[in-house]
Amino acid sequence: MHCQTGSWGSYVPTTRTTVGDPLERIERLASENAVVIFSISSCCMCHAIKRLFCGMGVNPTVYELDQDPRGKDMEKALMRLLGSSPAVPVVFIGGKLVGTMDRVMASHINGTLVPLLKQAGALWL
Amino acid sequence: MQSFKAAATTNPDMFCHSSFFLRGDDCNSRNQTRFPDLGELDHSAAAFHHDDAFDLSPSSIFSLKSNNVGVVANCLHYGALNTSIGATAIVSSGTGCLDTGQFMYQKGATFGASLGNGHIENWADSGLADNSQQTDTSTDVDTDHKNQLHGVQNAAVMVDSVDQSKSKSGDQKTLRRLAQNREAARKSRLRKKAYVQQLESSRLRLTELEQELQRARQQGIFIASGLSGDHGHTVAGNAALAFDMEYGRWLDEHQRLINDLRSAVNSHMGDNELCILVGGVMAHYDEVFRLKSIGAKADVFHMLSGMWKTPAERCFMWLGGFRSSELLKILGNHLEPLTDQQLMGICNLQQSSQQAEDALSQGMEALQQSLVDTLSSASLGPSASGNVADYMGQMAIAMGKLATLENFLHQADLLRQQTLQQMQRILTTRQAARALLVFSDYTSRLRALSSLWLARPRN
Repeated sequence: MHCQTGSWGSYVPTTRTTVGDPLERIERLASENAVVIFSISSCCMCHAIKRLFCGMGVNPTVYELDQDPRGKDMEKALMRLLGSSPAVPVVFIGGKLVGTMDRVMASHINGTLVPLLKQAGALWL
Repeated sequence: MQSFKAAATTNPDMFCHSSFFLRGDDCNSRNQTRFPDLGELDHSAAAFHHDDAFDLSPSSIFSLKSNNVGVVANCLHYGALNTSIGATAIVSSGTGCLDTGQFMYQKGATFGASLGNGHIENWADSGLADNSQQTDTSTDVDTDHKNQLHGVQNAAVMVDSVDQSKSKSGDQKTLRRLAQNREAARKSRLRKKAYVQQLESSRLRLTELEQELQRARQQGIFIASGLSGDHGHTVAGNAALAFDMEYGRWLDEHQRLINDLRSAVNSHMGDNELCILVGGVMAHYDEVFRLKSIGAKADVFHMLSGMWKTPAERCFMWLGGFRSSELLKILGNHLEPLTDQQLMGICNLQQSSQQAEDALSQGMEALQQSLVDTLSSASLGPSASGNVADYMGQMAIAMGKLATLENFLHQADLLRQQTLQQMQRILTTRQAARALLVFSDYTSRLRALSSLWLARPRN
């Protein structure tokens, strides 16, 4: 499985016209693709989670919050959503929140992640 | 491990280089020429009393030995003996058994002198035992004993007539001496056996002590550094020490639970009760992960270093513990027979644990790379103040990166815990019990391997 280290999936440019609250924006972005990861480019745990999906043959859509002008607000919103820090990495599959690294890993080990990915159309095997 | 082999075989060459005592005993058997020397000494040695030698009741054998002390002591004065040959000659003689009687006796005397009076007795017996070896076999102890008693009794009967007929005294003395030699040789062999057994048990004890010492030293180092007054070190040191002690207790309890589980499995206990025991072991594993998380918060580097594990475990450690992907490899064929569904579950678990492990490993590599970038990017600006500010800035970034280590360790422990739990879900109660036993046996054998390695003889 060839995975480029430079670009992760596609970077979707955001429009400033919609002045929604950050959480709404997050949910909207999350529903646009099968697998959506909110990350920070310098975060190593985010790197690990990207590698996990890459290793499974999934091509996730990644939003680097430190490269987004509204990233700070989104990060705070995610922290409120998750109820804990750090806010990243956080994964949405099929528009639904899966969670941070420990939740994603737990669901992979207990065998629920792969069916979820297949259902969302991110995995065909 | 050579000395273990030496105890098991009867190869005299092996004995020859493990201890002087052993060498002397076997090498004596090759020597035929010593007897005349001794005969001369018997007559001329002032310390050797003929009258005492005629009394051959069992107790007299021992008094005979004390006379032998005199014999050996006299030999030390003889010009023929070159005590300056000393230990170096003995050591350098390697595995060869000595053929010259002269050297044999010198060796015995030197050894006796160096060991002190307590051991001269042994050597004297060995020295006298040489001729009896040709008639005795070392394995045939019981019959030896009977023969020697018989021989002694016969000799005693014969000895009574020695005073009466001096013409027979030479033969009588010869026979008596032969009997004494046989007896002495037998005693010598028994003593050798006891000595070797003592050595073996001492070795085991040494291993135990080394382990204790290592553990205590680790703890001691932390205590010592704490006493030196460095508060930061004290806190971490105490945390490491606290974890080590807790982990030690956890291991003992774990072993106890595993033993209970093993006897339950062997006694074919019912599934309901077995389930409770399996649950107990699993809950105990949860406990160690909890301890590790507390330990990581206090001193993440101690947890990652694996100093709380034995060396072999530490060598094959991954991110502060066992590899989750390895768990299923260790179980291997022990889980059979498996249903198709179980087989698929196990395969999926193998794959997913491997993928998660790889992901975390790559995350750690990224962490290390970014740390390298941070620490090597300190700009060497022209102004001193700028330099310091940059340095402090980079250090602050590096500190932030180090903080994520705790998260990685946490994720690794979670992965291990979840792999164990998923394994339990897939398997039946009995299979899960067997799996836990196999895994526990593997880790305890790895620990035992560490001890053996530490205690191995180094040449």
